[in-house]
Amino acid sequence: MYFGKIYPLKILFILLVCICFYLPAFAEGMPKIDTGDTAWVLISSALVMLMTPGLAFFYGGMVRKKNALSILMQCFIILCVLSIQWVLFGYSLSFHPGGGFWGGLSWFGLNGVGFEPYADYSSTIPHQLFMIFQAMFAIITPALIIGAFAERMKFSAFLVFTLLWATFVYDPLCHWMWGIGGFLKKLGALDFAGGTVVHINAGIAALVTALIIGRRKNLDSNPPAPHNLPFVLLGTALLWFGWFGFNAGSALAANGLAVNAFVVTNTAAAAAGLSWASLEWLRNGKPTIFGAASGTVAGLVAITPAAGFVGVIAAVVIGLLVSIFCFSAVSIIKPKLGYDDSLDAFGVHCIGGIWGALATGLFASKAVNPLGANGLFFGNPKQFFIQLVAVLFTIAYTLLVTFIIYKVVDLLIGVRVSEKEELMGLDLTQHRERAYTVLE
Amino acid sequence: MKLIIAIIQPYKLEEVKEELYKQEVNLITVSEVLGHGRQKGVTEIYRGAKETGNLLRKVRLEIAVNENFVEPTIKAIVKGAKTGETGDGKIFVLDLKECIRIRTEERGSIAIG
Repeated sequence: MYFGKIYPLKILFILLVCICFYLPAFAEGMPKIDTGDTAWVLISSALVMLMTPGLAFFYGGMVRKKNALSILMQCFIILCVLSIQWVLFGYSLSFHPGGGFWGGLSWFGLNGVGFEPYADYSSTIPHQLFMIFQAMFAIITPALIIGAFAERMKFSAFLVFTLLWATFVYDPLCHWMWGIGGFLKKLGALDFAGGTVVHINAGIAALVTALIIGRRKNLDSNPPAPHNLPFVLLGTALLWFGWFGFNAGSALAANGLAVNAFVVTNTAAAAAGLSWASLEWLRNGKPTIFGAASGTVAGLVAITPAAGFVGVIAAVVIGLLVSIFCFSAVSIIKPKLGYDDSLDAFGVHCIGGIWGALATGLFASKAVNPLGANGLFFGNPKQFFIQLVAVLFTIAYTLLVTFIIYKVVDLLIGVRVSEKEELMGLDLTQHRERAYTVLE
Repeated sequence: MKLIIAIIQPYKLEEVKEELYKQEVNLITVSEVLGHGRQKGVTEIYRGAKETGNLLRKVRLEIAVNENFVEPTIKAIVKGAKTGETGDGKIFVLDLKECIRIRTEERGSIAIG
């Protein structure tokens, strides 16, 4: 009873003392923070967060209606799972300085990740803001893979796979490319907003999982049609909107570089959407909504690594060409090889990402970003070679480790649903819900 | 001429179609319906509380056939849709008075196939 009364008072007193003690420390760190930069990166973080629900609708519209909720749920739960993973240890593994496999665990639970800038990453925004901005990238990357195994993966296996993949594939790659001490960063590879770490990485993981999990049932006798194309377009629009945060936010400042990234992002998306629709028009006789949407996303993927290093004309070229590469991968190569990457996570994100990373090595110009490098077309062939090494390394590493993780999960819980569950649909069998009613 | 109406489990539709094609029954009409079944199938739960009604989703097939196709059609549907558990569905066979192909205005047996 005695302690019961006195404890709360004591705690309050200690807290007050602590606050008084720490306030001056806050004030000293404050002058370095730029309020404009901070505001922009805060908004950008929120924009990138919206991309994952956007992706949910982009993918969700493409599947049959019996699986619509399963896609929405998989994307949505990644927001929940990886938000926790990231603040507990994901951020520390990825961004703590160090030359090893991971950055280390000293920032576990955001210990030491405070409100003052961490100059190695950005000198004008709070360290914790950089952390939450990066969190949104760590969230959307595994969500991209969902497209490969859509309509046939067990929800439990999906959760374990995602957590392992984020920890053993995304976090180390993120560290090597962007973390202090990472060897790809030291090599001089340019990846402005995640072409390699996010898109090639997720795209290769998509190919690996699509190949091992196998084709969906009745794929040839009854080819699945997208159940809701308006959702696909809604998702595309949300992705396009969020991508301004993804790319222009990666400048980590409200400055000219952010504006450049914003402009080239919009330009490449537009060029690629136009290009894909035109290709369809020429080849199949009609331009489709699905094609314009797919092209736009491919354009956004391709401009991602280049957004802070190339100008607007390069963006038009990157956008126009990416649709040719991705369209070929999706419409010609995929049917010939016969793998079932259901929603073309590999065809769009990996092919688009590789083109973007290599295009960065071609079109990068110091006139756009003095801190970047010149590309092949600006007299520096070495940069193209460095980009190629980073791409090949990412592909090799992701290929191997994704394969191992998949096999481990398959051994532990089994990855694929039963044939009956697949035919009934994942909404009913994995979540006991349906997206749509027949009669009220 | 007979009209065969079958009520089956939705997830069995593909198998039934395959069996019907094997018997060269190619003309079918399919609709999504709700049925009042006796079985307790997989039902939905919302917010963990309420199971929704006992009207379950089924697929209804309508197939018009000439007499010599009646048995093969029934066998094909049974082969494709049977699991041995409650909820597999029913097949109804009705006499069909007339059949008219709209395009040619042909009537009777010739209009069916």
